Amino acid sequence: MRTYVLGLITNRLGSSALTLLIVSFAVFFATAMLPGDTATILLGQAATPEAVAGLRAAMHLDEPAFLRFGRWLIGLLQGDLGTSYVNNLPVAQLIGARFVNTMRLAGIVTLFAVPLSLTLGITAAMFRGSVYDRIVTVLTIGIISVPEFMIATSAVLLFSVYLKWLPALSFTSDVTSFWQVLKIYAMPVFTLTFVVSAQMIRMTRAAVIDTINTPYVEAAILKGASRWRAVLLHALPNAVGPIANAIALSLSYLVGGVIIVETIFNYPGVAKLMVDGVSTRDLPLIQSCAIIFCVGYLALITFADIVAILANPRVR
Amino acid sequence: MENLVEIRDLRVEATTDAGRRIEIIKGVDLDVAPGEIVALIGESGSGKTTIALTIMGYARPGCRISSGSITVAGKDMMTLSERQRAHVRGLEVSYVPQSAAAAFNPSKRIIDQVVEVTRIHRLMPLAQAREKAISLFRALSLPNPEEIGNRYPHQVSGGQLQRLAAAMALIADPKLVIFDEPTTALDVTTQIEVLRAFKAVMKKSGIAGVYVSHDLAVVAQIADRIVVLRGGDVQEVGSTADILSDAKHPYTRELLSAFEPKSRGESVVVAAREHAPLLKVNGLIAGYGPIQADGLPLVKAVQEASLSLERGRNLGIIGESGCGKSTLARSIAGILPASAGQLTLDGRELARSARQRSREQLRELQIVFQHADTSLNPAKTIEEILGRPLKFYHGMKGKVRDARIDALLDMVRLPKTLRSRTPAELSGGQKQRVNFARALAAEPKLIVCDEITSALDTVVAAAVIDLLKEMQRELSLSYIFISHDLSVVEAICDEIVVMYNGRKVEAITPAISKIPQHPYSKLLFSSVPKLDPGWLDGLERDPELVKTYVHG
Repeated sequence: MRTYVLGLITNRLGSSALTLLIVSFAVFFATAMLPGDTATILLGQAATPEAVAGLRAAMHLDEPAFLRFGRWLIGLLQGDLGTSYVNNLPVAQLIGARFVNTMRLAGIVTLFAVPLSLTLGITAAMFRGSVYDRIVTVLTIGIISVPEFMIATSAVLLFSVYLKWLPALSFTSDVTSFWQVLKIYAMPVFTLTFVVSAQMIRMTRAAVIDTINTPYVEAAILKGASRWRAVLLHALPNAVGPIANAIALSLSYLVGGVIIVETIFNYPGVAKLMVDGVSTRDLPLIQSCAIIFCVGYLALITFADIVAILANPRVR
Repeated sequence: MENLVEIRDLRVEATTDAGRRIEIIKGVDLDVAPGEIVALIGESGSGKTTIALTIMGYARPGCRISSGSITVAGKDMMTLSERQRAHVRGLEVSYVPQSAAAAFNPSKRIIDQVVEVTRIHRLMPLAQAREKAISLFRALSLPNPEEIGNRYPHQVSGGQLQRLAAAMALIADPKLVIFDEPTTALDVTTQIEVLRAFKAVMKKSGIAGVYVSHDLAVVAQIADRIVVLRGGDVQEVGSTADILSDAKHPYTRELLSAFEPKSRGESVVVAAREHAPLLKVNGLIAGYGPIQADGLPLVKAVQEASLSLERGRNLGIIGESGCGKSTLARSIAGILPASAGQLTLDGRELARSARQRSREQLRELQIVFQHADTSLNPAKTIEEILGRPLKFYHGMKGKVRDARIDALLDMVRLPKTLRSRTPAELSGGQKQRVNFARALAAEPKLIVCDEITSALDTVVAAAVIDLLKEMQRELSLSYIFISHDLSVVEAICDEIVVMYNGRKVEAITPAISKIPQHPYSKLLFSSVPKLDPGWLDGLERDPELVKTYVHG
């Protein structure tokens, strides 16, 4: 049985690796198809054709795309993310600090959003049909429907412009006290928690309701178990699989999808770096960012799958 | 002596999907004396489970106890708070569910669920509870009592789970145990072991019981008193002996008459039979899973089955769950193509897969499935459901088709007004009639009926069987009738094939001899409960045989 589980998990990891390869391929050729190239953009409109050709040759841009892809992939496997076309710095160095920022923001949001969503989702399921459930449902659906830039700009308007409690921009460099950290992170965290929680609340509620309606939960209630006991000990363990997947899907958004929030609050994260990279056709940078997002996404999904496998004694 | 349970004028309301409130229990009185076992008997929808659950102060979601009084051991369940009711549940009144397979939490070990009652009510230390559970496992004659609790529910068999559920109900020494159809999902040979275990434990401990069932014969073995219910009303109450021998109410008599032996009767058709068999099956092998090197599937559900059916005759196939009878039906119909063997219909070779059969062959051999609920498209009206085969096989259109649909509905004794309804608007028996009419629409020579009466109530099932016989007289059909229920098969079949573990073990012709020869057939036939209350106690089974063939 144990080997069977190990087999399942190896299988999941293997297919993740394959997905990653396909994605890297897609990303490379998608960026290669962008109109214009780095040489023309770097040298500006007034550049002579000779200068452009020279720069292309120097940057290996005149080589066939497959060769460049192979070169990049080999570098990637050795841990070398390449060199930025634009400022000749190693991409790893460019991304490094930004990546820490992104992960820090994602981590803080996770700390808030996951417990909040689980609590709201589970309690809404327990009191299904009650006024409480309806309020939670209306609010979550409302939040799903409102675009995040709307929430973010409204938050800025309220807390920075009118109330003047919080800074509108998040410069992480001039942090001196814990209080300042709180102030800087408050609004991005608040906005992102809103964005990612709604989905998790809905999915948790649905998964728990599914298991609450089973005969074994009824059997637990007929054993004299309180509602809390029946839900937490009997319904919830059987809902772990779908909930883990819902959480992973929502959190994966925090890795690459936060561009709007990063832009509005001027938060120095990876997503913003990638968008800057696109405007200068900085291929190594774009590719590295895309691969990082993909790895993050796959890691979360794979983790959720493994949790679901381990939570099911029929498979375990 | 004061009664343990006294229910007076109980009324329960249910809210329908449309938001309408309907009364499903209409003023029921019920008494249970200490140590007495009372059976609630009735068909589906009679409210027997609903009444039993109210004893625990519980109504299923969507239902509400609207009025009446429920007194359990001196406490009025109606006036107690939810917390106080929870204190009665499991401790004074406990519950054995219909399907233990569904009522055990799949993600927790069995022992943890069995002792949970003692944890909830803080009755005893964990080690002591475990010991008690093991002694109950032993009392319920479960194999390997020390170890079985450490497994997960999917790792033990259905019959064992049902006994484990009884142990779960008995762990806190309740005054009353509610059994909700606890053996309905089990095979007959397994049912006997479970019933015996229940009876022995209940008798020894002097616990009172409420036994909910639709099966009079099962109830006759275990109950002291029987309450007959229909449509949320009590029809008749009496001691087991009185009800069985001297039923007053017509409905009770109708239930009893379903047990009377019915003979096949019609031997006229047999005389007129032709020499060439209608269907011949030779060495059929079918199964599931990847195809192995020998060209056969990994799991062989049917192994080398050979059958022969003559025109106008009926063949019954019986066996317990997992014996391969449904797989056999599906491979005869070509839905699951056989991996080996020959099929001949009316002298012509029949391709193994339905895809390769000619339209004429498809028309001649129809199949009717067990669950009319899932085999009728819920989005189509009855008219569309019956019109489809008429167009497909006979190219009927317009008025001709309309007239034929009316004729078909008439044949299966359904009013023409049902034409524009959808399956959801019909009762279970009506749906099964539509399901059957759809097969008739093709004008087949042979209909394979896969457990078509199993999901129906006794009285309704008897009516469907009568319909089948009548259609046979009128349309000179042949049936292959697959069932786990011996009495149903005996009622309609000229020849009975007994299957065990994918193989045909014996063929019996009731007209010549009703006595089975093969040891498994003997065991199976003797396991069918009889109305005689002393049947279970008097039944003797060869332990060697039971060991070989019963895996529950």
